[in-house]
Amino acid sequence: MSTSEKAPLTPVLTKRWLSPQSWRLETYEKLEGYTAVRKALSASPEQVIQMVKDAGLRGRGGAGFPAGVKWGFMPKNDDKPHYLVINADEGEPGTCKDIPLMMADPHALIEGCIIAAYAMRSHHCFIYVRGEALHPMRRLYAAVREAKQAGFLGHDILGSGFDLEITVHAGAGAYICGEETALLDSLEGRRGQPRLKPPFPAASGLYAAPTTVNNVETIATVPSIVNGGSEWFRAMGSEKSPGPKIYSVSGHVERPGQYEAPLGTTLRELLEMCGGMKDGVPLKFWTPGGSSTPLFTADHLDVPLDFEGAAEAGSMLGTTAVQVFNETVSVPWAVMKWTQFYEHESCGKCTPCREGTFWLAQVLERMVDGRGSEQDIDTLLDVCDNIGGRSFCALGDAAVSPIQSGIKYFRDEFLALCESNRPEAAGAAESPEPAQGSDSQAAQPVGAQA
Amino acid sequence: MTVAPEKSDVDVPEGYVKLTIDGEEVVAPQGELLIRTAERLGTVIPRFCDHPLLDPAGACRQCLVEVEMNGRPMPKPQASCTMTVADGMVVKTQVTSEVADKAQQGVMELLLINHPLDCPICDKGGECPLQNQAMAHGRADSRFVDKKRTFPKPLPISSQVLLDRERCVLCQRCTRFSDQIAGDPFIDLLERGAHQQIGTAETADVLDAASHTSSGQPFQSYFSGNTIQICPVGALTSAQYRFRSRPFDLVSTPSVCEHCSSGCAERTDFRRGKVMRKLAGEDPDVNEEWICDKGRFAFRYANAEQRIRRPLVRSAETGELEEVSWTEALRAAAAGLTKARDGKGVGVLPGGRVTIEDAYAYSKFARVALRTHDVDHRARAHSAEELDFLASRVARDGGPAGGGVTFADLESAPVALCVAFEPEEEAPAVFLRLRKGARTGDIKVVHIGQWSSPAVEKTFGELLACPPGGEADAVEGIAQHAPDLDEALCSAGAVVLVGERAAEVPGLPTALHRLAERTGARLAWIPRRAGERGAVEAGTLPTLLPGGRPVADADARAEVERHWGLEAGTLSAEPGRDVTGMLNAIVTRDLDGLLVGGVDLDDLPDPALARKAFDAAGFVVSLELLPSTVTPYADVVLPIAPVDEKGGTFVNWEGRRRPFTVTLDGTGALPDCRVLDTLGVEMDTDLFTQTPDAALGDLDRLPASSVRAAAPDHPSVAPPTPGPGQALLATWRQLIDDGSLQIDEPALAGTARRVVARMSQATADGLGDHVTVSTDRGSVTLPVEVTDLPDGVVWLPGNSPGSKLRATLGAGHGAVVDIAGGDR
Amino acid sequence: MSSDTTGGGAPRTGATFGEDTIADARELIARYPQSRSALLPLLHLVQSVEGHVSQEGMAFCAQQLGLSEAEVAAVATFYTMYKRKPCGEHLVSVCTNTLCAAMGGDAIYKRLQEHLGSDGAPLGHEEVAGTPGESGSLMLEHAECLAACDLAPVLQVNYEYFDNQTEQSAVELVDALRRGDKPHPTRGAPLSDFKTVERRLAGLLPDDDDEFWTEVDGPSQAVETVRGAQLAADRNWTAPPAPEDVPMPEVEAK
Repeated sequence: MSTSEKAPLTPVLTKRWLSPQSWRLETYEKLEGYTAVRKALSASPEQVIQMVKDAGLRGRGGAGFPAGVKWGFMPKNDDKPHYLVINADEGEPGTCKDIPLMMADPHALIEGCIIAAYAMRSHHCFIYVRGEALHPMRRLYAAVREAKQAGFLGHDILGSGFDLEITVHAGAGAYICGEETALLDSLEGRRGQPRLKPPFPAASGLYAAPTTVNNVETIATVPSIVNGGSEWFRAMGSEKSPGPKIYSVSGHVERPGQYEAPLGTTLRELLEMCGGMKDGVPLKFWTPGGSSTPLFTADHLDVPLDFEGAAEAGSMLGTTAVQVFNETVSVPWAVMKWTQFYEHESCGKCTPCREGTFWLAQVLERMVDGRGSEQDIDTLLDVCDNIGGRSFCALGDAAVSPIQSGIKYFRDEFLALCESNRPEAAGAAESPEPAQGSDSQAAQPVGAQA
Repeated sequence: MTVAPEKSDVDVPEGYVKLTIDGEEVVAPQGELLIRTAERLGTVIPRFCDHPLLDPAGACRQCLVEVEMNGRPMPKPQASCTMTVADGMVVKTQVTSEVADKAQQGVMELLLINHPLDCPICDKGGECPLQNQAMAHGRADSRFVDKKRTFPKPLPISSQVLLDRERCVLCQRCTRFSDQIAGDPFIDLLERGAHQQIGTAETADVLDAASHTSSGQPFQSYFSGNTIQICPVGALTSAQYRFRSRPFDLVSTPSVCEHCSSGCAERTDFRRGKVMRKLAGEDPDVNEEWICDKGRFAFRYANAEQRIRRPLVRSAETGELEEVSWTEALRAAAAGLTKARDGKGVGVLPGGRVTIEDAYAYSKFARVALRTHDVDHRARAHSAEELDFLASRVARDGGPAGGGVTFADLESAPVALCVAFEPEEEAPAVFLRLRKGARTGDIKVVHIGQWSSPAVEKTFGELLACPPGGEADAVEGIAQHAPDLDEALCSAGAVVLVGERAAEVPGLPTALHRLAERTGARLAWIPRRAGERGAVEAGTLPTLLPGGRPVADADARAEVERHWGLEAGTLSAEPGRDVTGMLNAIVTRDLDGLLVGGVDLDDLPDPALARKAFDAAGFVVSLELLPSTVTPYADVVLPIAPVDEKGGTFVNWEGRRRPFTVTLDGTGALPDCRVLDTLGVEMDTDLFTQTPDAALGDLDRLPASSVRAAAPDHPSVAPPTPGPGQALLATWRQLIDDGSLQIDEPALAGTARRVVARMSQATADGLGDHVTVSTDRGSVTLPVEVTDLPDGVVWLPGNSPGSKLRATLGAGHGAVVDIAGGDR
Repeated sequence: MSSDTTGGGAPRTGATFGEDTIADARELIARYPQSRSALLPLLHLVQSVEGHVSQEGMAFCAQQLGLSEAEVAAVATFYTMYKRKPCGEHLVSVCTNTLCAAMGGDAIYKRLQEHLGSDGAPLGHEEVAGTPGESGSLMLEHAECLAACDLAPVLQVNYEYFDNQTEQSAVELVDALRRGDKPHPTRGAPLSDFKTVERRLAGLLPDDDDEFWTEVDGPSQAVETVRGAQLAADRNWTAPPAPEDVPMPEVEAK
């Protein structure tokens, strides 16, 4: 039908989610499941990589690196084992796409793994699942078991001569393991602390062997590309950010949920599908892709949410975790909460992130408690400057982005918190009412119980 | 920046690159880290986690610089401790870059927010990299007004090392050292983020279910002291040194370790005539920057209360030793020795801890003053075969300059075969090099021994297990049973390392000699004691004159006679007696007197025989620092200087001379060579060894000799078969044990390895938790630890508390012992 | 490194960890090319036996994997899911990350603290209401983002999701748990207990097929999860139709 070409929602990954027992092999096979793997296994690994390159599939874990190019980094003629590692350590605040995907359609991930592993000549694939994601893990165990019984995994898959084992591995509660080298250290049974790069995983990853780490959504997208081809895939999204993407809309909207739409969809469009702001309370700020992506405001409703659009507007696409906050929420409070998160999750390896998040959290807690001063705002920004781009991995950069963007767009709110501590206001009987209160009680977002 | 390539006259050799640092062009070897290149230019980039001997970490972020590649500035400042040089790179350090300077100041401020301001009471104060760099690069005041992170202080993580977590900057030097260099990962990062801290299983906030207290392993390593030294703050401090002095009170002198034959460079710090601490010195050729804990902590013996500071002579009336003047003591000694010499003769036992100067004085004193070749420094198991081995393969192998095996060779050799040698226990610096070679290079380490000791595992080694005493057969069987090893030994650079235990295995020195001849592998003899190698060169052996000259060779004797101004024919052509020979001769009244240096009778192969002999000896002169097992038998005791109070030279196992000067001047303590020189004068003989310099000069003026001793040629003997209730004894000494130089060091003793008896499961079956190992002399009872030993073999430590085998059992490696379940 | 050859005390793990646990550990170790990779699963296994990780538990892992106890401690103390004191029958984790907190998560956590506290003192983070080892005991914790933001505010009991919570529903939930009841999660398997799910996290699934599928087939299709898919279905929005038999691209043989 003609309207489908411009359809606001383009279910590819989510198209099976409505089916009863969508996680079962039987369901999956009824709905085109395991057709792509047959096609891929009868082609050469190079052809598969080329197909993914042609499609322009970019990593769905946040960084947006072209998947086909990444696969192409794997050495061709070496005798070391190759490893494919799936990053299912979904923990970026606001992000909730991989967990429902693994619950609803685990076989799509398994099929993607087989194709990707074949393309990269890997015979052992690990799916590193965030420990708290217990139910998705069960679905993966079941899917691996079913796939193995059906001959899609194990020795000589579908008579192709290709062997693959998949090991589902549980994490144990550490956000930093979403960073790919920290994930590899964790998978090796170590503290999840990032590794020096170079060497990059393609040269020396898991067990110092060539390794590719890909996000769940990225790999689950691969079967549809193999079946539909690169042109079909590119019919969705933009030139540089092609394909569909799961937008996870949460917060103060009428109908939060998972919306799979072409890359480049705007918040305005998403809000329309979500039924608008909850109870009509106006939008105040939002994240385009998790807490690590700088905040947007109501001024950014029409920013195309693809890799280029988000970056040009001063943020990042991240994981398309769209967290929507209405006017009742205090920005300094939200920023403080996120900063506490980064402090808790800083791995401790490098000084700026470890000590910096510790400091920032204390300053923000003090400010939200009404004990801040205007000077603290300058200190916050300067400490952010000493963390961002100075830390070992991107967690430091992520930790400062809510603060920097929060102060950038809502400096007045931070100032208002300091009002009672201004030298000239010291004698005032009562401080003026700021946007969100300046004492600890008022720091709780009003309307939170709605 | 300049776009057009400018003509430069700097030559870039193959394997090098050219880059610009702070506007200055510099040529650097590929792979060099920026922080080192800058340092060569004189720009010190501040750093904490960086250490040249540890793998880069990039953790502290103190060394950030700006980097431009191909004309494009990198978006973020880069850690110069992890980034290697590249051609055309343009680097701006804090000297020329505001960004780098601000980044460094920012990191410094962050490091200080949680650092306590307790510098005035911190051991590190005054020599603290954090303090120094904060003064140089930090802000004058702090913007941090919130709550600092605090921890209870300090936490003992072993009996030697204390941890103050508040001061720690989490650079991970200590954990990387322990993991990478020592292979003892008993200290690690705990917790996460701002709560991250250094700790051990014992300090981890994880409770013991039963007792609700922590009960994990402490920091168990022979090398733990290095972590104190490389800690860039005062987080790790020494239990022995804590609060004892301030860096600015100390005077430092370079020194050489007196314990094992590695000859590690050390720095000795003293205050008001008292040594306060020893630190690792830097010597890339020998110990790099590391020393073992024995070398670091075992030095207080020299100041023990019981130290002999005045000469003693046994009173004819009371039978007791009484303090007398030097003159009187020397006169008494000279008279007694002269009488004994002119009777049946005097034997000389210098011990294995002498400097080469002192050894030379003993050697010369024996030949010239006592007119005998009855001299043997080997206060341990020894054999005639070993004498041949030492004479032919060790005495004149030339050292590093003459193509001998060196520490550096241990990193590049294709294979290192350790035979009857337990490197971590007997020569820790050798162990560290072997581990380094095996970890970072391609060296394969093979051990012929009895069990997979920690050293086998930590050198990533392969064990060729044999029964104790079966080492000779194992070596002879390599070609047949281990063709891969044989091939590796035949390749260029292969080395064989043999320990002093080889003397206890009949045929082993011969087998090693033949192996070396056949394969071309170079052989290195690595004794346990610091003085043994120098003593071989100085000729304190019954068959060897100084310079490796065989006593039996007429030309060799003539050379020495000429040099010493002796009449031709003065030196006997008949070799002297070895230690056991001398002791037997005393017992049979064929020898009258003994001149003894630092010898413990319980180190000798048969302590009972030794006691009998000393008891029977007509006259005994003891040169000693501390009262010893010899003292009760001594007629005259002459106090001598410990290493800190004299100069001298140890010759390490490589044959490398390790000279050191006096640390504590003017104590009046005399080196052995001086005492012997004076004693010689009393006996109308001039030794020309009044100072160490003079002694060494005299030795070195001996012309080079081309005479070589004959190679060992002794048959191997199959180890005996133990009967029911018996086992073969395997044993070596642990590094930290009851050694006489380790007294008064409770902190050190606290990190000794557990004293256990090791045996296979089959051997242990039916014995219970404890085993009693006995001979007709006595027995020891120890807990059993099942280990991968051959069946019918029991391993015990040689000289540890509760396991002093020579003294108790009179037995050594390869002996047959009785074993039975032991009560405890 | 063999920890037993370098000092320290004798092994102390015999009583708690029997032959069955050792067999489980071996099975887990065999899944990995290098044994150390099994450390995280083994620590989960330890929790499935002990209900937390103790010094004995760490020593057990060290022994099984040939690591030093410090290396195990380093890992055990890094990850928040390893509890260092007995957990109770259940673990209740309330998301208090920003979005859930703004939607009511902070209030829920505070209410539960007060509700489960005793003697007027609120129950603290990782503190237990009741006596560990007894039915109805539970540990309360505040958790970081649990990746269910569209269903905020959420909490988990033994890592099973209870979505769209309110203070009231959360209080009712913990009351039921304290009574020994096992309310069904919104998404997840029928509620068991902390030790059982730790066994799953270690990677050990029920041997019995029915039991296995009962757990796997526990619900997951929340309204929010399928909202986009439902909306598309309702509006007949689809992705562009995929062409049939698209050839694989030609590449030069390398």
